[in-house]
Amino acid sequence: MSVTHRLWYGNTGPVLVVIAAIMVLWYGFVVVLNAPWERDQAGRAGTTITTSQLIANTMAQERPVLPAPHQVIAELWDTTVNKNITSKRSLVYHGWITLSATLLGFVIGTLFGILIAVGIIHSRAMSASVMPWVVASQTIPILAIAPMIIVVLNAVGLSGLLPKALISTYLSFFPIVVGMVKGLRSPEAIQLDLMHTYSASRWQIFRKLRWPSAMPYLFTSMKVAVAISLVGAIVGELPTGAVAGLGARLLAGSYYGQTIQIWSALFAAAALAAGLVMIVGIAHRMVLKRMGMAA
Amino acid sequence: MAKANSSSGAVISASNLSLTFETNDGPVRALKDIDLEIGKGEFVSFIGPSGCGKTTFLRVIADLEHPTAGTISVNGMTPEEARRKRAYGYVFQAAALYPWRTVEKNVALPLEIMGASNAEQKQRIDRVLELVDLEGFGKKYPWQLSGGMQQRASIARALAFDADLLLMDEPFGALDEIVRDHLNEQLLKLWAQTNKTICFVTHSIPEAVYLSTKIVVMSPRPGRVADIIDSTLPEKRPLDIRESPKFLEIAHRVREGLRAGHAYEG
Repeated sequence: MSVTHRLWYGNTGPVLVVIAAIMVLWYGFVVVLNAPWERDQAGRAGTTITTSQLIANTMAQERPVLPAPHQVIAELWDTTVNKNITSKRSLVYHGWITLSATLLGFVIGTLFGILIAVGIIHSRAMSASVMPWVVASQTIPILAIAPMIIVVLNAVGLSGLLPKALISTYLSFFPIVVGMVKGLRSPEAIQLDLMHTYSASRWQIFRKLRWPSAMPYLFTSMKVAVAISLVGAIVGELPTGAVAGLGARLLAGSYYGQTIQIWSALFAAAALAAGLVMIVGIAHRMVLKRMGMAA
Repeated sequence: MAKANSSSGAVISASNLSLTFETNDGPVRALKDIDLEIGKGEFVSFIGPSGCGKTTFLRVIADLEHPTAGTISVNGMTPEEARRKRAYGYVFQAAALYPWRTVEKNVALPLEIMGASNAEQKQRIDRVLELVDLEGFGKKYPWQLSGGMQQRASIARALAFDADLLLMDEPFGALDEIVRDHLNEQLLKLWAQTNKTICFVTHSIPEAVYLSTKIVVMSPRPGRVADIIDSTLPEKRPLDIRESPKFLEIAHRVREGLRAGHAYEG
């Protein structure tokens, strides 16, 4: 198949068109948003500025209102490839700090969420008493509760990775609980009746019917959970005084008006989230394939 | 809760059995004053329109529903004791195979739950898959099989732990006529080979007459027994027996029974 044919009929063509459209819009806004400052500068210096000069300048500011895509890409390249990964100026270093909190929080959140879901489906009392709290926990803005968690845990001598991870846990356990309650309750009545005719124990029903039935639900929830785990870890880095992590880069960037740094940290976070969701997706397909069910 | 009445040697013995469901629209009398004896090795069909309680009665035998009055015994025990002793295999309307298990793993499910050894599981799986003509399909997943094959696999699963009693709730209801004929023939063969007692719920008059040694005709609102017909057909039943005068005569009587049950409804 020729390249042009694939571009026209495959997925690549449309994807490229969308990216190109975003780029055009982005550069358009770069000019519009950064132009006032350039005009202001020219006015102060008492010089006039040509339109082509103005456009060129808007894409090369040091602290633009909106950085141009190539500036963000250059910054990303510079802070990942050109810096030693142990350096505090390396985005890989900061990315790893955030990633480790994300993963720890996600694992704890998933296990905790499963545990609560198992309790809820097996005990009516727990369903009535715990579920409202689970829902209520998510109505509180994470920005409000994150500093509390950091401060309280610090007071009992916990600092560093774990408090940040627990903020990830706080966010990520919720979709797991909701998904697993639904998943563990997904077996049909006749599948449960069948187990009843065998006089199967609760544990056997759980292990041989409820748990496998819940697998598709678990992985779907995990995709949501891993993405918001990352949000949790970033938010958790804000009140710690911006020491390290992508959240710290965002905060430091906003302190000093380093918009290029902010945008590159945002892109790094987005890429990280996309990568994590993709890994969960691959695990999902592998598990379903092993279970003989087409994903 | 029903008390066991173990006086007779019958496999299933019900007397004055009633079951009323309490619903939001008031009580629904699903079963009323059922008196029935089923002997060992019989093939009993329950036939009647929807809502006549035939499935409910089967579920009472299986301890999936609990009667509100009267007594019933299964192998001389209460249904609950019988269930705990794994006295029966149950075949549902849908195959209800677990999609993440291969056919042989599905058949192994009751054996795993009952704690059979691996060697015993393997030997039983091979035997029952052969009984339902599914040799060589053990490694397939349910979605790789046709509807008729799936239902055969579910019958194999019900046979796997060698209960003497087989309860079948419209097992072939969702299948087309040709597959159904074939499975009916196979079921009779299997029944002759294994000497089990079979309770079989169906909507189809020819199916009931073809398979049964005894036909229980039921009528709805409240669910009760309208007629019990002992089949006079011979043990050996080729498919074309369905055109014989004797067959048509029994079918006629079943139809009469069904009509009588409907008569006073208006």
